[in-house]
Amino acid sequence: MRFVDEFRDAEKARVLSARIAALCEPGRHYKFMEVCGGHTHTIYKHGLEDYLPETVSLVHGPGCPVCVIPMGRLDDAIAIAEQPDVIMTTFGDMMRVPGGRGSFYDANAAGADIRMVYSPLDSLKIARANPDKRVVFMAIGFETTAPSTAMTVLRAAAEKLDNFSIFCNHVTIIPAIKAILDSPDLRLDGFIGPGHVSTVIGCRPYEFIAREHGKPLVCAGFEPLDILQSVFMLMTQLAQRRCEVENQYARVVPWHGNPKALRVIGQTMALRPYFEWRGLGFIAQSALQVRDEYAAHDAERIFSVPGVRVADPKACQCGEVLKGVLKPWECKVFGTACTPETPIGTCMVSSEGACAAYYNFGRFTRDRVKEATRS
Amino acid sequence: MCLGIPGEIVEIMADREDFAMVSVAGVKRAVNIGLLTEDEIQLKAGDWILIHVGFALSRIDEAEAAHSIKMLEGMGQAYTDELIALAQSDLASDR
Ligand code: SF4
Repeated sequence: MRFVDEFRDAEKARVLSARIAALCEPGRHYKFMEVCGGHTHTIYKHGLEDYLPETVSLVHGPGCPVCVIPMGRLDDAIAIAEQPDVIMTTFGDMMRVPGGRGSFYDANAAGADIRMVYSPLDSLKIARANPDKRVVFMAIGFETTAPSTAMTVLRAAAEKLDNFSIFCNHVTIIPAIKAILDSPDLRLDGFIGPGHVSTVIGCRPYEFIAREHGKPLVCAGFEPLDILQSVFMLMTQLAQRRCEVENQYARVVPWHGNPKALRVIGQTMALRPYFEWRGLGFIAQSALQVRDEYAAHDAERIFSVPGVRVADPKACQCGEVLKGVLKPWECKVFGTACTPETPIGTCMVSSEGACAAYYNFGRFTRDRVKEATRS
Repeated sequence: MCLGIPGEIVEIMADREDFAMVSVAGVKRAVNIGLLTEDEIQLKAGDWILIHVGFALSRIDEAEAAHSIKMLEGMGQAYTDELIALAQSDLASDR
C-alpha cells in the first residue's frame, strides 16, 4: 500500500496545480476534452476542475459506450429478444438504457428472456446449456471490449455452437474524435486520450490529431494525479509550441497496443460503412459488424432486425453533452426530469456517463475542494 | 462494464486452453488470458493483469495494481457491482 499513499498525495496534486497555473499564458483560455467516460468519472469524483486555474476547462467526450447507443438500436435488440426461443444476454449497464419502446428491463418484465452477464463468455455458457434456445449477446463497447467479443465468436465458431450469435454494436473511437474535430461547435486545445482503449489500439492511431489538426493528445491513466499530470503535459506542449501524442499511462498502455487483440477484431469484424451514434448522428466507418465468414454468429443476419430509427426525446440534450458543447447541468432536464432513477438520456444511466457522474459527485465538490486546498 | 480490475495470476490452467486462475479481491476466478498469450514474456503465477469482461486485457506491475485497487475501492458501488458480477460468472465451470 506504500505505493498508493505516495501516489495519491494531495500535496502532489497541489504542486501539479501550481505548475499548470504557471504555464497559463495571460488572457488565453484552454479547453481540453477527456474522451473517456472513466476519466469523466474521476474528474467529478475528485473535483479535479477545482485544482485547475479558471482559464483551464475540461469538457467531456463521447467515450462512454453505453451512452452512444442510439435508441433505435436498443429497439432492434428488444425486437430480437421478443422472437421465439431467444435468450438475450447483456452487460448490466445496458438494462436501464431507455429505447423508443422502453428498456431491456421493461421488455424483460413483459416476458422476454433477457439476462445480465459479466462476460460474453457467460453468454457462450448459456448457449451450451440451452441447445434448444437461440442465445444472443448484445455486444457493445469500444476497442476495449471488442477483442473479448471477437475471442468469444472465434470460440463459438470453433465449437460449432450455432445457437450463439452476437448483436454487434461495437464502435471505434477514432472516427468519433474525428467527428468532434470536424464539428464547428467546439474549439479544443487538446485531448486527454482514453486509457483502456489505448491498451488495445496503442498511441499511434491518434497521431493524425497532432499532425493534421494541430492538437496535442496525452493518453492518461485513471488516478486523479494521472489526469492532472496529463493536463500538465498538454500545457507544457502548448507552452513549448509542440504538438504531439504522448503517453502518460505507459505503465499500462504499450505504444503499439495489443497486436493480438487487434488481429482477432480484424479476423471476426469489419467496419460498417456508417453507424448512428446517439446525439452525434451518423458517422462513417465508426462501428464494426460481423464478417461474412462468421455470418452464422451474426444476429443481424439470423433474425429480421427492423432497423428502427428513433429520434431522441425533444428534451434530451445528450448529443451536446457527448460532444462537450454543453456541461451536464446545462441540460434543461438535468436533475429534474432526468435523474439516474428516471433517465431520459443515456448519459444519466451509465456510471461513466457525464450526467450521472456529475449528478452523483459534481454538485458537492467544487466548493469543498476550494476550501480544502486554501492555504 | 468499463472498469479494468486488477487480478493476480495464481496458476495457468493446464487443462483449459487460454485460461488462468486469478485472485481478484481475495477470490479465485478463471479469467481468459488469450489476448496476452502472444506476448514475448509468457504469463506466469504471481503476474498481475488488468481484467475486463472476463478477459485479461493487459499486464500490469504490482505497484500499478495497488494503485488501481485503491482507486476502485474508492468508487464504491460500481466496483462492488463489478466484483459481484465477476464472482457470479463462473467461466471455469465448463468448457
Ligand atoms: S440530463 Fe439527461 S437528457 Fe440531459 S443530457 Fe444528461 S442524460 Fe441527456
